[in-house]
Amino acid sequence: MSAPQPVLQVRKMIVRYGAKTILNGVDMTVNQGEIRVILGGSGSGKSTLLKGILGLTDVAGGEVTLLGQKMRGLGEKPLGALMQRIGVLFQNGALFGSLTVGENVALPMREHRRLPEGAIAELVRMKLAQVDLSHAENLYPSELSGGMRKRAGLARALALDPEVLFCDEPSAGLDPLTSAELDSLILSLRDHLKMTVVIVTHELASIEAIADSLLMVGGGKVIAEGPMQEVRSRGIVAVDEFFARKTKSMERQDTSVAELFGLKPAERGA
Amino acid sequence: MLSGELTAAGAAAFAAGVRKRLPTHRGHLILDLTGLTAIDSAGTATLVDVWRIGKSRGFATELVGIQPAVQAELEQFRVTVELPPPAAIPGFFESLGASAWQAVTALGQFTVLAADVTIGGIQSLFIPRRMRWATYFREASLMGSQAFGIVGLITFLIGLTLAFQSAYQLRQFGAAIYVASLTAISMVREMGPLITAILVAGRSGSSITSEVATMKVGEEIDAMQVMGIPFVDFVAVPKVLAMVTMVPLLTMLADLLGILGGWIVGMVYLDIAPKPYLQKTIDALVTKDLVTGLFKSVVFAWGIALIGLYHGIGVRGGAQEVGKATTASVVSAIFFIIVADSVFSIIFYVVMA
Repeated sequence: MSAPQPVLQVRKMIVRYGAKTILNGVDMTVNQGEIRVILGGSGSGKSTLLKGILGLTDVAGGEVTLLGQKMRGLGEKPLGALMQRIGVLFQNGALFGSLTVGENVALPMREHRRLPEGAIAELVRMKLAQVDLSHAENLYPSELSGGMRKRAGLARALALDPEVLFCDEPSAGLDPLTSAELDSLILSLRDHLKMTVVIVTHELASIEAIADSLLMVGGGKVIAEGPMQEVRSRGIVAVDEFFARKTKSMERQDTSVAELFGLKPAERGA
Repeated sequence: MLSGELTAAGAAAFAAGVRKRLPTHRGHLILDLTGLTAIDSAGTATLVDVWRIGKSRGFATELVGIQPAVQAELEQFRVTVELPPPAAIPGFFESLGASAWQAVTALGQFTVLAADVTIGGIQSLFIPRRMRWATYFREASLMGSQAFGIVGLITFLIGLTLAFQSAYQLRQFGAAIYVASLTAISMVREMGPLITAILVAGRSGSSITSEVATMKVGEEIDAMQVMGIPFVDFVAVPKVLAMVTMVPLLTMLADLLGILGGWIVGMVYLDIAPKPYLQKTIDALVTKDLVTGLFKSVVFAWGIALIGLYHGIGVRGGAQEVGKATTASVVSAIFFIIVADSVFSIIFYVVMA
């Protein structure tokens, strides 16, 4: 096998909202064909990292190289062309409410591909079948359940056969069964289409099922990055606690009232 | 020395009692809890409050004789030792500066949006392939049908009222026939464009804001950006063009129905025959009246649509912000219409007279 090719490189990304620093120099490298999970507690900056990569938030510093192209300073046309090589699944699907599911999936094809209408219709049906939503082609987003909306959003993200797929909290708000189905769908995309997938999530079950490699962020910095098993075996407190489903004692600043008054712990079992 | 239970029911009385007896200087406070059999979160909070007062006054608080049940509760509840600093309240000049800066930034953002959309709109007219015609026709028919009935009814009533008000004065001089000219000119030059614009701002301007704000909150605008579909072409230009074409049409309807209202008053109340009334109306109106009125309505429409878009895409946060943005959009649109109308009055009556 040849050496892995980096598909996405983030160097020293800094994002500030007003006086608050959300990301303070984050580095990340994602290789071709890997499923990378970005994890961290709420408020850790993991969603901001995704937005920063995609150019959806103002970045105060740093550099993003996606599919070999530096994104900063890229003109409108080359950036548009680069964006056609990626797909993004937003948290709630972000479907356009005035269009049916089928029209939503067809939209990027109509915008960027010169295809006859018949071919677009077939493509739409193929993409919907891929996410098991063939029956919903003519429904409007408001008529779908949360899980269906996400699958429709995924079908739209896959419309132009992207090389990299970004997913923002794909499991949020889904029942465990639907979430697991979505996970296996993402796995099969990687296995069959050699797609690189970058997922932001904090769902443990999902991470354990699909992640090849992890990037853990906390307090705006990278806590750990690397292959899943390797990161977990390094003995980093924050990582261990995350996987042990424990609250992060590192970030706790409170004490029990008993400690406040200097009381010794009561003897148990007396 | 405490006894019994320290729970929510008695915590207030305990707090009041103990506060009175707290030392005001450095030293040592010992609370004997030997007789205390139970405590809850409210009771624990009063103890912590005593501890904090001690910390600020310099005396140490010690609990003695604690029962196991009470100790278990005290281990259960957690508090923060170092309280976060209270939110800073900005001073007068700081808030003044902040609001001024905010206003300047807002104006800058609005100007950029207005330029993008206006240039995009003009380009779309010359490059028809770029224009989303289906969206445009949907928006235009929606705006027209939404406002048609209400604009017609209101301007009819305004025409009626105008005729009554002017008749009240003109009749005294035997000049009742001039009701026709007065109503026609006021409707076409002033009331038609103004009332139509205000109604459209409330009806369609608000719906532009709520639609765009909902798209923003639902990450649809982000989705467009990553799909390489320009928001300006896809959403903004069709809406602005629909508004700019529909408002003048509605204004013409408003002019006609206002004149109709006056005509009815003339016939029924002033006993003016239908034909002379209409003749007087036609004589009074010149092309310039109609042109200036319609020109104003185009500018109003442009402003309403842009203000609607601006408030929509400026939304941050969740669904509750959508409602606030919609209200703000209607208020600023009406403000814009009235200010612009005053400016036009000065231009048309003073400068161009």
